[in-house]
Amino acid sequence: MKFRLLLFAVPALALYGGFFLLPAVQGLRYATTDWDGYSPTFADVGLSNLTEVVSNDDLFRNALTNNLKFLLVVVLGQTALALLLAVLLAARTRGSTVLRALFFLPTVLSSVSVAFIWKFVYDPNFGLANAVLDTVGLDALQSAYLGDEETAILWVAVAQIWFHAGQMMIVYIAGINQIPAELYDAAKTDGAGRWQQFRHVTWPMVAPATTLVIAYTTVQSFKAFDLILGLAGNPPRSALDILSTRIYTTFANSQLGYAAAESIVFMVAIALVTWLQNRAGRMVHG
Amino acid sequence: MRRLILGVYATLIVVPLLVIVGGSLKTTPDLFAAPFGPPTDPTLDNYATVLAEQDLLGVLGNSVLVVSVSVPLTLLLGSLAAYAVARLPRWPSRLLFGIFAIGLAVPAQAVMIPQYVQFERLGLRNSLTGLILVNVVVTLPVAVFILAGFMRTLPGELYEAAEIDGAGPWATFWRIAVPVSAPSLAATAIFLLVMHWNDLLYPLLFIDEPGKRTLPLALLGFQGEYLTDYPLLFTGVVVASLPMVLAYAFLQRHFVAGITAGAVKG
Repeated sequence: MKFRLLLFAVPALALYGGFFLLPAVQGLRYATTDWDGYSPTFADVGLSNLTEVVSNDDLFRNALTNNLKFLLVVVLGQTALALLLAVLLAARTRGSTVLRALFFLPTVLSSVSVAFIWKFVYDPNFGLANAVLDTVGLDALQSAYLGDEETAILWVAVAQIWFHAGQMMIVYIAGINQIPAELYDAAKTDGAGRWQQFRHVTWPMVAPATTLVIAYTTVQSFKAFDLILGLAGNPPRSALDILSTRIYTTFANSQLGYAAAESIVFMVAIALVTWLQNRAGRMVHG
Repeated sequence: MRRLILGVYATLIVVPLLVIVGGSLKTTPDLFAAPFGPPTDPTLDNYATVLAEQDLLGVLGNSVLVVSVSVPLTLLLGSLAAYAVARLPRWPSRLLFGIFAIGLAVPAQAVMIPQYVQFERLGLRNSLTGLILVNVVVTLPVAVFILAGFMRTLPGELYEAAEIDGAGPWATFWRIAVPVSAPSLAATAIFLLVMHWNDLLYPLLFIDEPGKRTLPLALLGFQGEYLTDYPLLFTGVVVASLPMVLAYAFLQRHFVAGITAGAVKG
């Protein structure tokens, strides 16, 4: 009886069901209350938390806007950079093996470590970025980076790209290495230059890798929580607040029911963005 | 052009890392006097300070303990479930796979609040056991995905031949599925290692007692303690990163396979 094999999944299902699926369902319940997380009693407030989050919460809206800005910059920047590096390093030579290993290295660091590295790079007084600009005579480009309310979140995006571009580069290299050499031979016979080969062979052929890179980058950018706390402190200023840090702050302020409602909107936002990307991806790649 | 682009990016990776390591060997005035240069008068004072003030050895021990229990446990439970997914008939296999797929779609941040309440009630907050448990639960779906993806590609005859010879499913799992899946198990192990070692979210939620902190949590605490004392911050970064960087240097191929398998499936 093949169904006996279900027994093999029982230990995993028990833990995952009890400590992930069950709390996920309980979260829906907490979201309809004004519970602070420790009082023995709390009131049922129905959907008012949810409507407040969606329609009337400036802090949440600010975090959402920041999150979308961050997402856009990271997705565009990281995908383009990963693809560029992959194209340059797809052929296996001694040098390319070393560089691949080097570019992948930041991925194994912890987000807090990466945050501290970039905190120093961006330090307006002693930081690496301004010092380099000074040395090469580009003082005019010096900036307050994280201190600049308008652009702070974009500088975090740069750190995030540095952190994960190497990982996405590897995904692209795997995609490029699956392209049959005949396609390039045919393109060359037709007189295609390097740009045209990229445009008409590489780009369409790595479409599945692009879909994957964008989907993964999106999820990662919603999880940039650790990087933000490391760069900005806890709780982060409004200029650096994203959805995950917003929810954590609400929770830490003993508004547990409200934070649970924010979590639901957070999840819907991720699902929505992913769905839109799929639609857009199908339009672009056919 | 190719060389220029690669050279610039290589510089962007190498320079900050060198500055961190160099800076951890400098005094604060030395760092601000010459942030780029190699340490002229290298000192291990920062390491002594950080080890003494932050109980980093204790913290390191906690991290090692959490990882060395949660990685094998996730791997064991995940591979058992993946084996069921790979070998069950069509619809139960799909159902099982679908249940784990929920865990991939729902981000940890969306479940962390009810989990916090649950762990508090069960007395599992401020305990490394709780941390291990939550690590296992959160990464199980990805482990099942990577492993089932691999085990599904193995031909069914492989298992059937063993069973005709009288081996039950349990023996077939240990003698056939596990050895044949070794590369995929290694990749998953590395993925879990990096995830569990670097996790900040759950220690931040679950751990208040200083004696129970893990490395990322202790490191985050540096920010408040030392603010802009960069040499001390850098020392923390080196201590927290060195084990992973060394492991990466020796097991490069496995790291790349593991983390990208996580990216591809997760």
